[in-house]
Amino acid sequence: MTIQFNDETFRDDYSFKNSDWAIKRFPFPFHEDSYMYSVNMEQHRGGPDGSIYEKRFDVDEHYVSEMRDRAMVLADDPLRCQSLPHMTLAGWDLLELIMVSKSEDYPDLFELHRNGDKWRWVNKPMGIDDSFTFLDEATLPYGPMEYITRQTQGDFCVLDQRDDNLWMDAGMITTQADWSLDFDIGMNFFEWHAPVPLAHEKGIFVRALKFLLSIQQGAPARRLNWTMTVNPLLDTSPENYHKWGIQKTSVTPENIGAKQHLRVELQTFFRLPRSNALVFPIRCYLCCFDDLMSVPKWGRRLHRVIRDLPEELATYKGFIDNRPMMLDYLSAFDDGQPTSMGIWPDRDTEPPLKT
Amino acid sequence: MSGAEKIAVTVTDIVPLNDLVTRFEFKRTDGGLLPTFSGGAHTVVEMRDTSNGGDITRMNPYSLMSDPMDQSAYTISVRRDDEGRGGSLFMHNNVKVGDQMVVSNPVNLFSLDLLAKKHLFLAGGIGITPFLAQIKQLERFNGNWELHYACRNAALGSYVDELTDHYPNATHVYYDDNDQRIDLVNLLDGQPLGTHIYVCGPKGMIDWVRKTAAGEGWPRESIHYEEFLAPQSGKPFEVKLAVSNIVIQVGEQESLLEAIERAGVDAPYLCRGGACGQCETQVIDYTGNFIHRDHWLDDAEHASGDKIMPCVSRFEGKVLVLDR
Ligand code: HEM
Ligand code: FES
Repeated sequence: MTIQFNDETFRDDYSFKNSDWAIKRFPFPFHEDSYMYSVNMEQHRGGPDGSIYEKRFDVDEHYVSEMRDRAMVLADDPLRCQSLPHMTLAGWDLLELIMVSKSEDYPDLFELHRNGDKWRWVNKPMGIDDSFTFLDEATLPYGPMEYITRQTQGDFCVLDQRDDNLWMDAGMITTQADWSLDFDIGMNFFEWHAPVPLAHEKGIFVRALKFLLSIQQGAPARRLNWTMTVNPLLDTSPENYHKWGIQKTSVTPENIGAKQHLRVELQTFFRLPRSNALVFPIRCYLCCFDDLMSVPKWGRRLHRVIRDLPEELATYKGFIDNRPMMLDYLSAFDDGQPTSMGIWPDRDTEPPLKT
Repeated sequence: MSGAEKIAVTVTDIVPLNDLVTRFEFKRTDGGLLPTFSGGAHTVVEMRDTSNGGDITRMNPYSLMSDPMDQSAYTISVRRDDEGRGGSLFMHNNVKVGDQMVVSNPVNLFSLDLLAKKHLFLAGGIGITPFLAQIKQLERFNGNWELHYACRNAALGSYVDELTDHYPNATHVYYDDNDQRIDLVNLLDGQPLGTHIYVCGPKGMIDWVRKTAAGEGWPRESIHYEEFLAPQSGKPFEVKLAVSNIVIQVGEQESLLEAIERAGVDAPYLCRGGACGQCETQVIDYTGNFIHRDHWLDDAEHASGDKIMPCVSRFEGKVLVLDR
């Protein structure tokens, strides 16, 4: 498969858009007509052909433009990428994991040639061809984590595991849903999750941590999370809230279908072999309401989920003020018919919208 | 399927080190590379024993002692336990070079704390093995470490010569038969700020180090220990598995976990040595006494009768119903 890479922006004129292919494979996050936090984790061992689950690190049409956006964010604010000194080995682990996975999963786009410690990495979409010595930082233009995550879609938290907890001791965070690496650096699993409503009381984080601590080499896991974003913005950081928060007031009944995006994160978990650290890639997919409504099942379901979502969650996710306008728009796509279970579009079996 | 991912390997070398300990080397049967790992990791070795017309599969964890960066082979050292249920005897007596076996992907429950300014290793007997891999890892990155290794005598001191040859300044050996003892209080007293303690050896030694260090004011998170328990034999008992709706018998020589697996029920595990917590199982009903042997549950949980770790713990009594 060859991917046609878009030339697009995630700021200013927002020329980002999804092709039909991208809409079809969008990870719609609701497997039923309602939503509540849960320990929704499963093995990350491939998935249906062409789906975002298929490869260890999904590459899509937005790759090159997303990497350009990341470089701009880092130029403005270098603290979006941090790695405490004891995390360098984990950074090499991550570099190896990504280079090996991508060169095996996308041989036409990426090549890795290894001869002992002497490695050569070819990234064709980004025009990179670098030779370096594995485990020798001086031979790379950046630290190993920064080097490889400047070439990989999604944010990356690299967690040290010690004292039966996970510690956010390194990360590359430029496409986040309103949280800050600079604030969370050095925190443990419970500390960085403190702002999340309802989930602590339900014991979700205690169980989730137990699961994460025992994730083993060669047995990665995954889950989906979601929120809402106005305009196709990757960088919705607290640092830049003054720039994007205000855009939420620009939504009108006329433009909501194009401006309002469902933001879905494919979160995966890999044990890193040499350091025994854990890496948590957070891959962000955006899709505007108009495009989502092209799938009848998703239209019906999104209306029901947003309508019935507890107030605490709508507030935490930052769309409580716009919820009435969203529901006005979405209700036109819900004819009350039942929906099939699962996240897939089921275009062939789900009936078209009754009008 | 439970446990870590499995790897098909061939036994490529067997080296008896002394009267008790033998080293085994494994390479991938398909000729490929083994996963790298971090110092302190173990692998679970599956031993299929068809001797005397039987068919028993035992799975024992062994610390990986080879260089974590070396993907060509894994090595482990096995101490013969004449009293045990036969896993180590099987390795010593039945396994030959060229045999095909199955090992698990590495799992680390005894990882280095990479924040430590210095790593102080305390080994007793065969407890030396995880440190051999950790030392290789630290040497690669110029880490600061020091080893204090207690063993019975020179004849039984596995790897003493290699260690003292390669690292004469960092290695300190103590022979019990010569009445040499680690002077722990003084040793701890002299450590720089940011030192972490790691202890692996017999239960008595681990308890002694943990207690002494705690008494000297060392924080809990800078004391690391690993002790794999081998399941012990005991009286046979009967168990009802409520979810599977079957009743099974646990024999004298097998663990509860092995009996559950023998009945075809897939039960979670990682270490099979009472350390990782994966096999924790809810007790629905019981009349009798638990013989808890794990390091995972705390005293209150042991006393509650609500949970059991079937990889190492047993039961004596009339009724035991498990949520499995
Ligand atoms: C080690 C891996 C993980 C990392 C690094 C991580 C990190 C984060 C961060 C930074 C936030 C934002 C908190 C804020 O508002 O400041 C968050 C939110 C959240 N996390 Fe995690 N998390 C991890 C694993 C998990 C797992 C396994 C679960 C499983 C249930 C989970 C559940 C949640 C939930 C429910 C939220 C709220 C999200 C929302 O409503 O948009 N997290 N996480
Ligand atoms: S399998 Fe690890 S405690 Fe039982």
